[in-house]
Amino acid sequence: MKELSLFLGCVIPNRYPGIEKATRLVLDRLGIKWSELKEASCCPAPGIFRSFDKITWLALASRNLVLGEEKNTDLLTICNGCFSSLMDANNILKKDIVLRNEVNAHLKKIHKEFRGTIEVRHIIEFLYKDIGTEMLDRLVEKPLELKVAVHYGCHLLKPTKDRKLGGAECPLFFDELVEATGAESVPYEGKTSCCGAGGGVRSAMLETSLMMTEYKLLRMKKAGIDCIVEACPFCHLQYDGGQVELAKAGKIFNIPVVHYSQLLGLAFGYTPEEVGLHLNVIRNLEFESKIAQIQKKGITIK
Amino acid sequence: MKNSEILTCFQCGTCTGSCPSGRYTSLNVRRIIKDSIKKDISDQPDLWMCTTCYNCQERCPRGIKVTDAILSLRAEAVKKGRILPAHRAVCKFLIEMGHAVPIDDIHISIREKIGLSEPETVRKYPKALKDVKTLLSSTGFNELIKE
Repeated sequence: MKELSLFLGCVIPNRYPGIEKATRLVLDRLGIKWSELKEASCCPAPGIFRSFDKITWLALASRNLVLGEEKNTDLLTICNGCFSSLMDANNILKKDIVLRNEVNAHLKKIHKEFRGTIEVRHIIEFLYKDIGTEMLDRLVEKPLELKVAVHYGCHLLKPTKDRKLGGAECPLFFDELVEATGAESVPYEGKTSCCGAGGGVRSAMLETSLMMTEYKLLRMKKAGIDCIVEACPFCHLQYDGGQVELAKAGKIFNIPVVHYSQLLGLAFGYTPEEVGLHLNVIRNLEFESKIAQIQKKGITIK
Repeated sequence: MKNSEILTCFQCGTCTGSCPSGRYTSLNVRRIIKDSIKKDISDQPDLWMCTTCYNCQERCPRGIKVTDAILSLRAEAVKKGRILPAHRAVCKFLIEMGHAVPIDDIHISIREKIGLSEPETVRKYPKALKDVKTLLSSTGFNELIKE
């Protein structure tokens, strides 16, 4: 396996940097060889740019891929949107010589060439396949006695024929990763349904996107959970920021939203502040004191 | 739309029944697929209500790449200048800053507070940003989104 370059994307470094910090901490704790992918741009976001113009989407994605090729590293994404754009573009350009030639003609103007020598990874499937839940379980210092609503997010799983992570109707791998931290993944209705943000819907039709978010939040709440755990900053933004927008209409949920990097960081013993939980818009004091109680216990013998 | 795969649709409605957006909006994927065969639907606002969740594509009993078809229909609409103002704004961010969601002063200061320097992205490297701009101009994207 190649070493990894961390691909940040837009939403994590520019809106939820706590997720970036948590990711750095857990990668280091796991002893993974990684470095930053310098000079990367937007992936570009699949919802709008893939819809607008396929060649532009491929050209910009291929530039990011080439940055990884030049370092001879695979790209590690921590966002479903980045994973989707970069993995799909990589697969398309590896297979389709006509499109590759067309894209390389554009890349030539910036003295770059797509060669198709690297892979694109998502932190969830990477941790599951390359580290494994058993190893994570052994490294956990603070088993998190939390009830969690796991949200996979659409583009981690689908299209299933390209993702090759099993079926999308009842996936289990992310739940297993969550349970490796000591938390309990609670079943809820509509678990694999969309958060509502993707496809450019959040940016252009906020109210429509929030109807889908409310559908999810109602069902998560009914399941009796402490927090939501996701693996995509756009889902994170939709649930966290979306709750503020829904509260304006009197719909109060107050459910904390946690990226898996942050959850794993907590289980490794990093404080909520170190993993950036305080940077969420939604703050839930009950949840924060529960985490504090868990953290106080010291190293717990499981 | 010229797409022979779509002609195999037998209008079962699994796509519509699986659509999280269609639960609340006028988006009717079955109808979009049907109408796209015989007429130009690029002015339909419903095209932009899809979150691209891929449920329809995953569940289509004919194996039609339904979500990909919606993406192609959107691209046709964009070519005709049918671009929502919010989407145009995001495109301009990409052209100017290399990011669909660019950083702002508030988040630069939040990063500093948690011990992170400026992101190592295109924003920090002027030559890299110039490369992104060259690419976007080379593919005709700048022209495409012009008002």
